Amino acid sequence: MENSPNSFRTQPDERGHFGQFGGRYVAETLMPLILDLEKEYRAAKADPSFKEEFDDLLEHYVGRPSPLYFAPRLTEELGGAQIWFKRDELNHTGAHKINNCIGQILLAMRMGKTRIIAETGAGQHGVATATVCARFGLPCTIFMGATDVARQQPNVFRMKLLGAEVVPVTSGAATLKDAMNEALRDWVANVHDTFYIIGTAAGPHPYPELVRDFQSVIGKEAREQMLARTGRLPDLLVAAIGGGSNAIGLFHPFLDDPDVGMLGVEAAGHGLDKQHAASLAGGFPGILHGNKTYLLQDEDGQITEAHSISAGLDYPGIGPEHAWLKETGRVEYTAVTDDEALDAFQLLCRTEGIIPALEPSHAIAAIVKRAKEMPQDSVILANLCGRGDKDIFTVAEALGVEM
Amino acid sequence: MTRLASAFAKPHPALVCFITAGDGDTAANLDALVAGGADVIELGMPFTDPMADGPAIQAANLRSLGGGTKTADVLRIATDFRARHPDVPLVLMGYANPMVRRGPEWFAEACTRAGVDAVICVDLAPEEDPDLGPALREAGISLVRLATPTTDASRLPTVLEGSSGFLYYVAVAGITGKQQAAIESIESNVSRIKRSTDLPIAVGFGVRTPEQAAEIARVADGVVVGSALVEIIAEHGANAPAKLRELSAALAAAVHEARN
Repeated sequence: MENSPNSFRTQPDERGHFGQFGGRYVAETLMPLILDLEKEYRAAKADPSFKEEFDDLLEHYVGRPSPLYFAPRLTEELGGAQIWFKRDELNHTGAHKINNCIGQILLAMRMGKTRIIAETGAGQHGVATATVCARFGLPCTIFMGATDVARQQPNVFRMKLLGAEVVPVTSGAATLKDAMNEALRDWVANVHDTFYIIGTAAGPHPYPELVRDFQSVIGKEAREQMLARTGRLPDLLVAAIGGGSNAIGLFHPFLDDPDVGMLGVEAAGHGLDKQHAASLAGGFPGILHGNKTYLLQDEDGQITEAHSISAGLDYPGIGPEHAWLKETGRVEYTAVTDDEALDAFQLLCRTEGIIPALEPSHAIAAIVKRAKEMPQDSVILANLCGRGDKDIFTVAEALGVEM
Repeated sequence: MTRLASAFAKPHPALVCFITAGDGDTAANLDALVAGGADVIELGMPFTDPMADGPAIQAANLRSLGGGTKTADVLRIATDFRARHPDVPLVLMGYANPMVRRGPEWFAEACTRAGVDAVICVDLAPEEDPDLGPALREAGISLVRLATPTTDASRLPTVLEGSSGFLYYVAVAGITGKQQAAIESIESNVSRIKRSTDLPIAVGFGVRTPEQAAEIARVADGVVVGSALVEIIAEHGANAPAKLRELSAALAAAVHEARN
């Protein structure tokens, strides 16, 4: 491993850099607020009452700790390593997104902000944000690409039921990247009273750090549960990556366990030589949405459109800590196609009676390839970061089933 | 004296006109703005994700990219402009990613060859200056930074450190082409900033009419107009030059005479 640091858990530096990645690339109007957010976050981190409230909400509102589950029939079917799942799809709202939203809305209130905005792709982060806004009585505006609004109607309705205003964004390709641009435009115009709840471990510092910290509950619980249940640590962690918040949440507490391997799974869409959403596999370092990271872009630095069957992975960038973990070699990254994810989706339904979201279906597809190569006494732990109810229409269409 | 310094040393405030490169017949449009009386030209480098811009300039970016504009085309437009107008300062405005894609040194050298005087990089906070600032300074290209209503006294020195050419005061906390700020707020912020720097201060965002421009020119060294010009290009296409000349002449008269 080249330039291996003493610890992989001390990033970012005080300027928000993970090696050459991360940072604060925002318009000047936002800088004072970003600096203020960093200061508030440091104070909150040192304040036991903040952690107490966060933990209490995670336990009684979200339903944590989520179970650690050994998947016997999947393990048998693949005939290699034992496969375990961290069941974050059982959280309130059906995905890991809520962990982060709870943390950020507590920060927003601490800062005296009275209005919440967020971007959403598939709508999972939008639903989680609308949920915490309803819980705390704050007005909420969700920016969502018009294309996504059309193909994710159930989530649009959920957000509205929860009291959020959903603003369809028509600029660009009208998907997640454009929703994020529009959220930033709203924020610039409303910095005095508005808090932006970013949905993944990306954006300007301190967002990648604080989202990681809030999501690290996944890895902390999993590490304890695994030790308690088996007396050992897993050999390999596996998680799907769009922006990378569920993956960093699982990986981070294990980064300094040298015997624990880690595999991040990007979306290869139609294939890495065609349209995809794998910014590490097919992109180059660049600057977008407040941070320096790997981006899908052309030779002029224009951002190219991503594609994945999973709307939650359909983004041309990735969190900066993953870019750094790739460069240091600590985490291995791979990519699986839409078709492989669809097969894995059906495999888990059939073998374990769990309908996974299309995002973790990518992690499962990577496990299908990897488990067979590993001995039967080895352990793979994957994050089942979301449930698949939201995806059944997409899957039906992909399989040619009329509903 | 540099071209930019000369423009701000004129006996009247400067009119800064912005359009997006590759949106319409850019050469003809730029010539019209100079003929109308623009003192400084701000040329936008199109980007797929212009998150500090309002609808008018967003659309201009997408029209330009949709028409196939490449970075090489933007630089060619600048080079040709410099050949036709040896004395008019030219500022490239855009977002960080297209500027740093081939490395900061490459970009600084390309700017030098194209006769670009200064660069405005919207999403390069002073904290991330190493990505572009040193290469530009080495090449003698000014880096124009933005100050905003949220840039308070404690932060202003950070913004000024390494700024050159002029300082761009963003009149509203918001995106381009939307509401106009109250003149009282502009006046108090400009005079506050003036106490900390000798750089000329140009004010932009939300300035559309000669009347607004005149009001600002009474308190600032320059006035930037962008969205109103870009909208003319969107509406009039090939016939835009005549209309641009008309509006820039009215703006120039208002700005140049504001203090008389």
